[in-house]
Order: sequence, then structure tokens, then C-alpha cells
Amino acid sequence: MGKETLIVENVGIKFNLSEEKVDDFKEYIIRLLKRNLKYNEFWALKDVSFKLEKGDRLGILGLNGAGKSTLLKVIAGVFKPTEGKVTRKGTVVPLLELGAGFDKQYTGKENIFLYGAMLGYSKKYLEEKYDEIVKFSGLKKFINVPIKNYSSGMRAKLGFAIATISEPEILILDEVLSVGDGKFRKKSEKKIMEMMEGGTTVLFVSHSLQQVQRICNKAMILDQGRIKAFGDIDEVSTMYENMLENMEKE
Amino acid sequence: MEHLKTFWKRRGLLWELVKKGIKLKYRRSYLGIIWSFLEPLMTTIVLTIVFGTLFGNKKENFPLYILCGRLLYSFYSASTKSAAKSIRNNASMIKKVYVPKYLYPLSSILYNYTITGISLLVLIPLCMYCKVSPDVRMLRALIPFIQLFVLTYGSGMILSTVTVFFRDMEYLWEVLLMIIMYTSAIFYYPERLIKSGYDWILKYNPLYCIIMNFRYAMMGESMYMSYLITATVYGVGLSIIGTYFFYKMQDKFILAI
Repeated sequence: MGKETLIVENVGIKFNLSEEKVDDFKEYIIRLLKRNLKYNEFWALKDVSFKLEKGDRLGILGLNGAGKSTLLKVIAGVFKPTEGKVTRKGTVVPLLELGAGFDKQYTGKENIFLYGAMLGYSKKYLEEKYDEIVKFSGLKKFINVPIKNYSSGMRAKLGFAIATISEPEILILDEVLSVGDGKFRKKSEKKIMEMMEGGTTVLFVSHSLQQVQRICNKAMILDQGRIKAFGDIDEVSTMYENMLENMEKE
Repeated sequence: MEHLKTFWKRRGLLWELVKKGIKLKYRRSYLGIIWSFLEPLMTTIVLTIVFGTLFGNKKENFPLYILCGRLLYSFYSASTKSAAKSIRNNASMIKKVYVPKYLYPLSSILYNYTITGISLLVLIPLCMYCKVSPDVRMLRALIPFIQLFVLTYGSGMILSTVTVFFRDMEYLWEVLLMIIMYTSAIFYYPERLIKSGYDWILKYNPLYCIIMNFRYAMMGESMYMSYLITATVYGVGLSIIGTYFFYKMQDKFILAI
């Protein structure tokens, strides 16, 4: 214990929100000639710094558009921060929008190997774990059916089963515990609890404060891309409740 | 060095992506991979009838001449087109999991290259038909075939980067490909163009240089040194520019897709 697995230093990310997205030549040239290429700069995250130690479970709270998902994507390495630095020690498994990245024409089985390779697992490892993945997803009957015939719940189950097959050092969860039916939800929550007992560092975004309180030991409030509070879960969740109440009054 | 290491680590994913391209291309067709022989063979027959019999190119090995040209050109056209679309087509993946982004255009070129490699086997029956006897010297055709890959890689990297920001490039490229096709002497003999004083169009077209050398090698004639040099200069030049350009812009992709 006491080992830092994730260090986020002064991270900021800037988007250029041009009012209409210019993505063709004609438009671009016309605007260039009219000197009309103005960009609205917008900092989705600014001066975000924090550290997490092994086994920490951080709940990220905030309203829609506060920058929660952007922060998770920066940590996952999908977004490169405009400024600042993210240091990760060990493997990161992101569970963002489960199942959205499958190939629709591919069967469930083929997608296990494709998606697994994306997450950085070797073929040999996936072959060893194949039965376990199929069993956890509960989709044995449909595993040779193209994904396009799956329901969104089935896709999410398969995505969850693949992504959680190993125990990563850092696990990123974005609203994924609301996946599938009640039975699967329980199963997935149990799986995540097991991983946490194994010392995985977790970053968790959810709109359900109760869920955050149940899972996390630390919490953070993001407001317009800045950290408003960071600390112990009880402290921060009280603050968050007060914040919401104040907003309702206004 | 660091990049080579990640590349090696991610070779499993590259292989998966290449495999996916090949598998999905012929999925749900009855003949499957046999199409990669049948399709060039059938188009060669059509083109031979049209440009050989009707336009009067009656040389004996005209079918072989056409097949070589068409195989290499359709590789260039198919893989640059799919490389151009590769980043957009994989947008949902790119937004979720970090993967070195060059794997997407690279894999789409590689899978087309593999299919073309299989299609090359069609040359065997055609050589027999044209009474060109097999010869070890035919293996020299591998040199222009490798040059073709380098040229395609360079073009593909540039196109995939540009297409992310300007979608029009996809359509513009279709037009450019048509110009490239007509200036690569695929179904006519270059002598006509050379006589008319427009030979520079051919000489500075790397695809023409590659296709001609490939044909010479297949027909047991010697390859042109100057064509080899032109193809290498273009190929290496475009690859360096493409790699650099892609590398510089890749972090901005996610904001545009």
C-alpha cells in the first residue's frame, strides 16, 4: 500500500468549438477568404491534478458537461491533454460505452479476439480465457451469430466480459454498472468488487450518488472542468448533496 | 526505438485487423476467396475482347499485359480508398480504447495486399495460355511488387490524414484515381502516347513505372533502371511525408471524427 498508481498533473484540455464544423474544402476556402475561421476556445478540463494510490476507488461527481467523461478519456489515453501530464503505472482497462466498438458483421467469437487484441491481450491469453469469457457473458448459444443480430444489452454483456477478464492496475468505469438485466448487473458489480479487493485502482463515474458511496473510498467534484473538491467520500458526498440542494433553490 | 517496440507489442492486433478485412470481404458469398482469382480472370477476358479484338491490339501476350496492369492498379486503388476511410470507419473504437492509430490504415493496406498476392496466382494459367514459359527470372517481378506496397503505404497515410479533416478528399480521390488509371497504360500500349510526345506523363507516373517493370519481368524482358529509380524515389518520398504528416496530426483526429 501507499504506492501511487496514477498521477495526474495540471491536466488541461482545450477544444475548438467552431460553431459549425468545417470539414470540406469549399467551406474552408470560403471562410479563409472571408477571414471567418473563428474558433471558440473552450477548456473542457483545466488545472486538474490529483494522485491515486493502489487500491483507491475514486468516484467522480458532477453535473452533465462538467468534464467527467473527458477526464476518464484522458486517463484512458484516448484524448491527449493540451497541457499537463498523466502518469499511469501498469495496465489500464477502460470500460466506456460497452460494446460500441464491435464489428457488426463479425460473430461474437470473432469479436472476442478482435476486441481482446484492441485491449492489448495476446491471442494465447484469449484462447485460455475464452471459455471463461463466454460463460460470464452467458451468450454461449449466440456466440457464432454476427453481432448485428445481438441486442444492445447482449453486446454490453459481451464487452464487459472481455474487458474484465484480467485484473488491470487501473480500471475506468463510466456508468457501466447499469448494464444488462438485473441478474447481470449483480454479477458485474460482484466482479468489480472482486477486482477491487485484488488491489485494482478504480475511477468511477455515475449519476447515482448511492452507488458511488457504496463503491468508492474517495471522491471528487468536477465543475466546469475544474476540481471543486477532492477527498474522503463522506466529506465530498455531503458537499455534493449541499451543492445540488443549493442549485434547486436557485 | 520506442515506436518499434510498441509496434512489436501490437502485432497481434495488426494481424487481427488484417484477418478481419480478408474474412469480411468474401463473407456470405458462395465462392468466397475463389473470387480473388475469378474476378481478375473474368475482367481480363472482357478487357481483352474490348481492347484486344475490337481495338485491334493483337499481340499474343496482350491478355497477360492487361492482367498485370489491372491487378496492380486495382490493388493501388482499393487500398488507398480503404486507407482513406479507415480512421473514420473505426471512429467508435478510436474514441474508446487507445490503440496506435496508424494500425488502421496500415491494416487496410495489408489486407488488400494479401488478397492481391493470392490473386497473382492467376498469372500461372494466363502465362500458360499466352505461351510464356515459366522462368526463375520472373521472380524479379517481386521488386516492383514491393515498390508498389511502399508507394501505396505513403499515399494511404497521407490520404487517411487528409480525409479525417476534409471528407471531400474521398470523392476527389476517386477522380484522381481515374486520371491515374488512364495515365498508367493499363489497357493500351504506351507506344502510342510516347509517339505523340506526351511520354513525360508516363515517365513521371510511379504507378506506370511499377506496372511496366512488373510486366517486363513477367514476360522475361529486362526491367528499366530509370523506372525502378522513379518508383523508389516516389515510394520512399511519399512514405516519409505520409508517416511524418500522420504522426504530427494524429492527436487531433479525435476532435474531428
